[in-house]
Amino acid sequence: MEKFETFSGIAAPMPLVNIDTDMIIPKVFLKSIARTGFGANLFDEMRFNRDGTEIPDFVLNKPQYRSAQILIAGDNFGCGSSREHAPWALDDFGIKVIVSTSFADIFFNNSFKNGMLPIVLPQEQVDVLMADAEKGENARMTVDLEAQEITTSDGDVIKFEVDAFKKHCLLNGLDDIGLTMEKEASIDAFEAKAGAARPWV
Amino acid sequence: MSPKTLYDKIWDAHVAHEADDGTCLLYIDRHLVHEVTSAQAFEGLRMAGRKVRAPEKTIAVPDHNVPTTEGRDDPAQMTEESRIQVQALDTNAKEFGVHYYPVSDVRQGIVHIVGPEQGWTLPGMTVVCGDSHTATHGAFGALAHGIGTSEVEHVLATQTLIQKKSKNMKVEITGKLKPGVTAKDITLAVIGETGTGGGTGYVIEYCGEAIRDLSMEGRMTVCNMAIEGGARAGLIAPDETTFNYVKGRPHAPKAGAFEQALEYWKTLFTDEGAHFDKVVTLKGEDIQPVVTWGTSPEDVLPITGVVPNPEDFEGGKVEAARRSIEYMGLTPGQKLTDIEIDTVFIGSCTNGRIEDFRAVADVVKGKKIKDGMRAMIVPGSGLVRAQAEEEGLADIFREAGFEWRLAGCSMCLAMNPDQLSEGERCAATSNRNFEGRQGYKGRTHLVSPAMAAAAALTGKLTDIRELM
Repeated sequence: MEKFETFSGIAAPMPLVNIDTDMIIPKVFLKSIARTGFGANLFDEMRFNRDGTEIPDFVLNKPQYRSAQILIAGDNFGCGSSREHAPWALDDFGIKVIVSTSFADIFFNNSFKNGMLPIVLPQEQVDVLMADAEKGENARMTVDLEAQEITTSDGDVIKFEVDAFKKHCLLNGLDDIGLTMEKEASIDAFEAKAGAARPWV
Repeated sequence: MSPKTLYDKIWDAHVAHEADDGTCLLYIDRHLVHEVTSAQAFEGLRMAGRKVRAPEKTIAVPDHNVPTTEGRDDPAQMTEESRIQVQALDTNAKEFGVHYYPVSDVRQGIVHIVGPEQGWTLPGMTVVCGDSHTATHGAFGALAHGIGTSEVEHVLATQTLIQKKSKNMKVEITGKLKPGVTAKDITLAVIGETGTGGGTGYVIEYCGEAIRDLSMEGRMTVCNMAIEGGARAGLIAPDETTFNYVKGRPHAPKAGAFEQALEYWKTLFTDEGAHFDKVVTLKGEDIQPVVTWGTSPEDVLPITGVVPNPEDFEGGKVEAARRSIEYMGLTPGQKLTDIEIDTVFIGSCTNGRIEDFRAVADVVKGKKIKDGMRAMIVPGSGLVRAQAEEEGLADIFREAGFEWRLAGCSMCLAMNPDQLSEGERCAATSNRNFEGRQGYKGRTHLVSPAMAAAAALTGKLTDIRELM
């Protein structure tokens, strides 16, 4: 996994609430057995007409947001299906950070596993960022994970919370499986103990 | 010792390692695998030269992509991409030595129906699967939730998940249900109350007389949609209903081992005075047969209601409701029972079990579905299908004009050929009414099996109580 480094990027506003993973990547695109290439179909039904032409009103089709790296989204982003194809598609498109008042649990976890940073903020602060994002490509925000800060185009600094372990993994690009395997002795010991207590499992 | 919730007990029994910051390695007792979310995980193992740590605790079955029509053993029935995905599961299951039920096996079906049916799911276990509806297994008092593909790979390699504990939420349904009201109406009514984000960060324990009165099938329906309320998992404490269901299943413990297990299972309940961070209580007698009008499972109303006005909502929901109503082709103020439908889908991990089909048969026996209606019944497993045939339900369905299909996820998510066309409107017993869920620009109204059956007869969303 790549290390998460401080960057400045364009933020796209998507105020719609309850954006689900079927919207992010419709199921017809889940048939690949690879992890890459999903960006072309990110938000497919909102982004493209049936004939493949773009829907000009959709935010990521607007010239100023085509290279967005940050999404400022409505409440409960990523609800629904557990498909990791959703963060894969966002990542493949170039989105590194998503800000919302809340995320669905599975999507939230899946994002971190792919080097992406979902940030939860109170409504008032999401409103500030949404308004900043509305300014388009001149409004570049800076995301600094180390300092846990987003800096708006006006220079306002918004602090955010992040789980210490997840932050550590993102900053260092650490692979979960490798880290867990270092604790193999604990897993072996647990298996022996649980196997004796609940032999039917 | 301080009193514990059921969730606390199962959690504590599965912590293999705890770091100072509370991050835990949670040991996983059962890992269910299907074709859509596992290929990249197995490939990851292969690239890193890793094995499946506990193949004997790993169960694979193809369900999302598989056709549900006769003759499906012929690979030509699948699109190239679906075939590659199903074949990848076949190869991976054999190469890594996990339990496997291919489409040719009568035990094949939707992973969340096969697990309980085969006795893989038992009280007190931890169960995960790369599918959000893993919550279903919580009906047994098992801690069960969906995971992403990276986590699938993590569980395959280590038999653990990196987790932090969720908060405890209690959802109590007191008293008795009225006639015509089912487990599906309970679970939708709860989501209507809490919203799709109301359970985020929580594990829900469902309790109360109306929950106790449910069969295992009904409890699975309730827990199945815990994820639609945003919860990580839903739980119901095991009791005699649970133990009777489990006993004798192929992979359930036998004889002395069963007695030993039973002794443990009987300790799996929330202690008097245990703390819940959030409590929601509904009166069973207040719950009515419900239907969804919009494109979020929280868009729930009693069937006697009318399509709402977007202005009745607050905040971001105003725009979302406006978008939903437009997508669904409805008008604010329109009576829900005036909504005409052209398709009925009965099945899915929510409502694809034998009891669901008995409820449908009760409604449609000796009747015919409306002319021009496309109505499909898709059993949750090959064994459910066989039982329905044996009980004579399949004949009732065929005579009424339903298509009687083979087992799979089918039109719940429409990855296989079973899909809605643009503008088609479906009464569905599945779990999601998202935009495009059942097909591009297709429109979905979520209902109970009996309500879906009623709609198939009348051609409109229908109050089942009027047909009783």
